[in-house]
Amino acid sequence: MFAYIIRRVLYAIPILIGVNLLTFALFFVVNSPDDMAVSQLGDKYVTPEAIDNWKRKHGYDKPLFLNPDAGGVETLTDTIFFNKSVKLFAFDFGRSESGRDITTDVTTRMGPSLAVALPTFLVGIGVNICVALMVVMFRATPLDRGAVLVFVALMSISYLFYIIGGQFLVAKTWKLVPISGFHPEGQVWKFLILPVLVGVVAGIGAGARWYRTLFLEEANQDYVRTARAKGCSELRILFRHILPNAMIPILTGVVVLIPALFMGSLLIESFFGIPGLGSYMLDAIRSQDFAIVRSMVFIGSILYIVGLILTDISYTWADPRVRLS
Amino acid sequence: MKPVLLWSDALIFLLVTALVLFFWRLRRDPQTRERWGEVFRSRLGMVTFTVIIAYVLVALLDSLHFRRALENPEGNSGGEVYYDNRVTSVLDVLSGGMGERFERTYSAPFALLSFEKQTIKDAAGNDIRDFPPLEHAGRHLDDPADKWPDVARKSAVGLGIGLLFSALLILPQWWWLRGSTYPWYASWAVQATLVSLAAWMVYLSRYYHILGTDLGGADVLYQSIKGIRTGVLLGTLATLVMLPIAVSLGVMAGYFKGWVDDVVQYLYTTLSSIPGILLIAASVLLFQVYIDLNPDFFDVGMEKADARFIALCFILGVTSWSSLCRLIRAETLKISQLGYVQAAHAFGVSHTRILARHILPNTVHIILITFVLDFSALVLAEAVLSYIGVGVDPSMGSWGNMINGARSELSRTPTIWWTLSGAFVFMFTLVLAANLFADLVRDAFDPRTSLRRAEA
Repeated sequence: MFAYIIRRVLYAIPILIGVNLLTFALFFVVNSPDDMAVSQLGDKYVTPEAIDNWKRKHGYDKPLFLNPDAGGVETLTDTIFFNKSVKLFAFDFGRSESGRDITTDVTTRMGPSLAVALPTFLVGIGVNICVALMVVMFRATPLDRGAVLVFVALMSISYLFYIIGGQFLVAKTWKLVPISGFHPEGQVWKFLILPVLVGVVAGIGAGARWYRTLFLEEANQDYVRTARAKGCSELRILFRHILPNAMIPILTGVVVLIPALFMGSLLIESFFGIPGLGSYMLDAIRSQDFAIVRSMVFIGSILYIVGLILTDISYTWADPRVRLS
Repeated sequence: MKPVLLWSDALIFLLVTALVLFFWRLRRDPQTRERWGEVFRSRLGMVTFTVIIAYVLVALLDSLHFRRALENPEGNSGGEVYYDNRVTSVLDVLSGGMGERFERTYSAPFALLSFEKQTIKDAAGNDIRDFPPLEHAGRHLDDPADKWPDVARKSAVGLGIGLLFSALLILPQWWWLRGSTYPWYASWAVQATLVSLAAWMVYLSRYYHILGTDLGGADVLYQSIKGIRTGVLLGTLATLVMLPIAVSLGVMAGYFKGWVDDVVQYLYTTLSSIPGILLIAASVLLFQVYIDLNPDFFDVGMEKADARFIALCFILGVTSWSSLCRLIRAETLKISQLGYVQAAHAFGVSHTRILARHILPNTVHIILITFVLDFSALVLAEAVLSYIGVGVDPSMGSWGNMINGARSELSRTPTIWWTLSGAFVFMFTLVLAANLFADLVRDAFDPRTSLRRAEA
């Protein structure tokens, strides 16, 4: 088990290098630092001196891969590639184009992101499983078919409408909670309820539908028939037989998402004005702050890979038959 | 008149031709015909398919572009003909100039007066603050109180024309399809509804703004209709870009195994570990920098928007092939162990021939299911991308741009609900139809579900 995890972690390294090379290629080879300087400075102020200044200020005035002038080890280290890409491995994210320290920003913004994403995730799973179990109880009846139609309809509504509709109904018409905002002290829950609610409701369609297929797959197995034959109640079959067996596919789909919760939700955070990583990314994209985007790409891929490893580990926990080797 | 061929126009017509040819070929395969038959024997399948086809038709009509010839100025007879700088599509002509009736700013559906007060002159010539009358709504009415009876009368006329058109459309089908066991009547009901609605919209929009106007005074209904092309094209073109990459890599990985498999697996794990939205955003931004730095590439403004649109399709396609690739690889691994592939090996059939004749045809169902499923996902993604600011060009009509522009309108008092409603209805109908159709296709083509049914 331990050896397996070590091997998986080692296997992650080439993937991270790949991610790194890809982002480097995207950001520095497709568009040269000069192009970036021009678009950052705006058309009016573009003079060769201004571009040089901008590049020097942000550390883009070095060669891409090899710096023969520097001599020694610095031939390799005094380059854009080393400074901007390799340093990410040491979690040294450097400064954003506007001069702020990215590492501090990321650590302070992680909290609000989690405060929204974690409840949404947990409540969402609970609600989805309950709804799906209820539908499975009425399988092969008009109620079941109707429910599936409703799920598909819910899936067909854009996430943006859920947010806008939720803000309109709950916050504007009923005036139950503030429309948006965030306050770290005091009544945080007041600001969190609506985003969590919107997140959960928006996820019901796809989530409950997926769980329903998982449960149905199990409900057609022989052991369910046996349980019914020996006189188990339907409820007991659902919770004691079907649910634990459906845990394995549920885990695969769900565990991989857990680390990504740190990243927060782009849309929810920006609509509700929550100062988390999601809105951080959105602001970076809108202001074309490539340094932040680069760092977030790196953090995101690490979290995804951690999620994959966690998924494998959770297999053994949910299903004793699975052995990792 | 001078035809304009945008890149996306060419691609969409190419795609539709390819799809028609593809299905024409598939028709010969009895098993595939049986499965499609299963999809279309259900009423839901007929209804959703008709809705999707209607959307595709609108998109195609909106993809035939041209530039109007301008009237020659006085005294300049003959000689050179000048063309309008704006690009018009056949749909614009068919809609009867719905998009050319601009107001000053917001106005509610069927309103006669503007939504916001302005300084206007009253009958005596004094300046007063009041709601000015709209320029293109209810001008034919003598008495504003007569509005709703007039709307009802005009609606009856519009619907009557629509029903006439539907009869013309359906009667030949009815004649041609006598004795068919498929539930065509479901499709005809939808056709009649859609044609009547379209006729009603075109007729009534000459007298009123059916869905009101937006901040810039543009007709909301017209914008919602213009969004159809963007949604349909994005949903199909992005998948089209993704398919060859995913299929070729997946089949090769599953068939050749060894180092090819390792490389392909490495590629898609790397790609899927990057947060998709960031990768897309970064790529679009970088392309935007490229467009901005090379402005002389493009003739008309629309071509610039079109270039960005094509780039977006490419980027979405290139960044989203990993899941399909994974599925195809697994399926190929399974198939290449089967007896008939082994037999082909033993007979000395070449690798390319085995891949083309024995393996690829057996992965078609996966490709098909992915194509239909991805379509609705991409239409939804467009709205989100536009909100983030990396979607289609703001000058290009799309539901995402509409939502983005209107996202704070609901919180105004009085509420402006029509822009969002317009985008919502048009988008929801398409995505719902596509999702329901995708479910049916999956049920019919997925061997797992058909097996389960065979057992039952």
